[in-house]
Amino acid sequence: MTNIELSDKASQPDDDVVVDVRDVHYGVDSRPIFQGLNLKVLRGRITAIMGPSGTGKTTLLRLITAQSRPSQGKVLVFGQDVDELSGSAIYAMRKRMGMLFQNGALLTDLDVFENVAFPVREHTDLPEPLIRRLVLTKLQAVGLRGAADLMPAELSGGMARRVALARAIVMDPEILIYDEPFVGLDPISLGMILRLIQKMNEALGITSIVVSHDVKELSSIAHVSYLLSGGRVVAAGSPQELAQSREEVVHQFMTGAAEGPVPFHYPAPDFQTQLMAETP
Amino acid sequence: MSNGSGSGPITEALRRSGAVVIFLFKLLWQCIPSLARPRLIVMQIYNAGARSLIIIMLSGFFVGAVLALQGYTLLQRFGSEEALGTAAALGLLRELGPVVTALLFAGRAGTALTSEIGLMRATDQLTAMEIMAVNPMRYVAAPRFLGGVIAMPLLAGVFNLVGLFGAQAIGVWQMGVDKGSFWSQMQSAVDFRDTWEGISKSLVFGVTCSLIAVHEGYNSEPTAAGVGLATTRTVVASSVLILLLDYILTAAFLD
Repeated sequence: MTNIELSDKASQPDDDVVVDVRDVHYGVDSRPIFQGLNLKVLRGRITAIMGPSGTGKTTLLRLITAQSRPSQGKVLVFGQDVDELSGSAIYAMRKRMGMLFQNGALLTDLDVFENVAFPVREHTDLPEPLIRRLVLTKLQAVGLRGAADLMPAELSGGMARRVALARAIVMDPEILIYDEPFVGLDPISLGMILRLIQKMNEALGITSIVVSHDVKELSSIAHVSYLLSGGRVVAAGSPQELAQSREEVVHQFMTGAAEGPVPFHYPAPDFQTQLMAETP
Repeated sequence: MSNGSGSGPITEALRRSGAVVIFLFKLLWQCIPSLARPRLIVMQIYNAGARSLIIIMLSGFFVGAVLALQGYTLLQRFGSEEALGTAAALGLLRELGPVVTALLFAGRAGTALTSEIGLMRATDQLTAMEIMAVNPMRYVAAPRFLGGVIAMPLLAGVFNLVGLFGAQAIGVWQMGVDKGSFWSQMQSAVDFRDTWEGISKSLVFGVTCSLIAVHEGYNSEPTAAGVGLATTRTVVASSVLILLLDYILTAAFLD
């Protein structure tokens, strides 16, 4: 499967495997995205999913959260095959998850406080003072208790993502999924998000899945990294193992080289032939 | 141009109609739990209804005024200007009130609904709800649909009232029709059946406009162009359907 064998991970007891993707095939229209994808996410670890743009990292998250179904293979979350779950069972499974979207995806007609309170109000009958305490505690954890009354439009990109993080952890999920959490952030905000991901993992023991192509940032916090390319996992292991890999595609991705197995040019006809051809 | 059976556009139209009907059933199913949250529905009645009041009242006044002006010119030829109140009231209650209100609603509230839901789709807000185990059909679509359905007859009522005031302003104050005749003839000629026709049309238009607006927004492509296209489709489809349904309902009430 990979150049770095995951023999130690494969021997993990089943209850330590929170997400198990087994030989998944998936395509959109006639374009295959995954062709035999295998990976495991272990409880309490930070798992990084890396890969060049367009390799289906976000699609993988859609499969794990049961927004899409694989055409072949299995996706097991908490030991349950998501393909076999009914609508209410999928919602029950999602209550055990939190997800941080690339743009925050805050509800624009609610202020920061109400955004964080939203899942609590929807799923519990807690009294107002308790909701208030819970929301303020989570906002304090991401450093934005003072922004509770602001509307999403008044927040910077980094702040919006921190509010979204507070909302994602307000129901104390077992898995926290981060979709490209570092995109478009200034170095200070990026550092904050990075520390928060680590803090959530260490302090709360939340299993984290981080999808990103920011090698440097991810390598500093991830316990296990998977590198996707061409519809499958091409490398897996600790960030250090990936950095030392001699596999061409891994080396190209980790060093950011323009030339390599992942081509710079999108497939096209011969340049000279195209230039010389008569314009229609 | 296809020289085949020409089933392409027809199949597409049938597919779209089928999708709208399936969406309507899902929506109605989610309206039941949504009723338990009257706050959300009231907020949408405010958004779709109260915020459309100014445009509805302004238009109502001028439609009533034009009706009186045209009606007076016509009735004068037959020496029956006193029937102006009846003509204006029947025209507004049965036809112009529900139809013009629905057309204005589609342009003002329908487009706002479509673009709002479309942008929620484009900015992952609906997906975020799904991941938080909250059904967006229940939280977003159903209250907006119900808000529109409730707001439409109320707006048509306001339109009619202001329209009658406009008709009186022109007919009685400007043209000099007797005020007593204007109102008494109206009272004796307009019965509950006329009012019921107007209310029925408003309810049907309310369901149609709100359904199209919510459906187009909910299923729009999550891009700027996609939301723009969905908004256009809302206005075009709503307007054509309002006029088509108006003909069918008018014919049905004549029987």
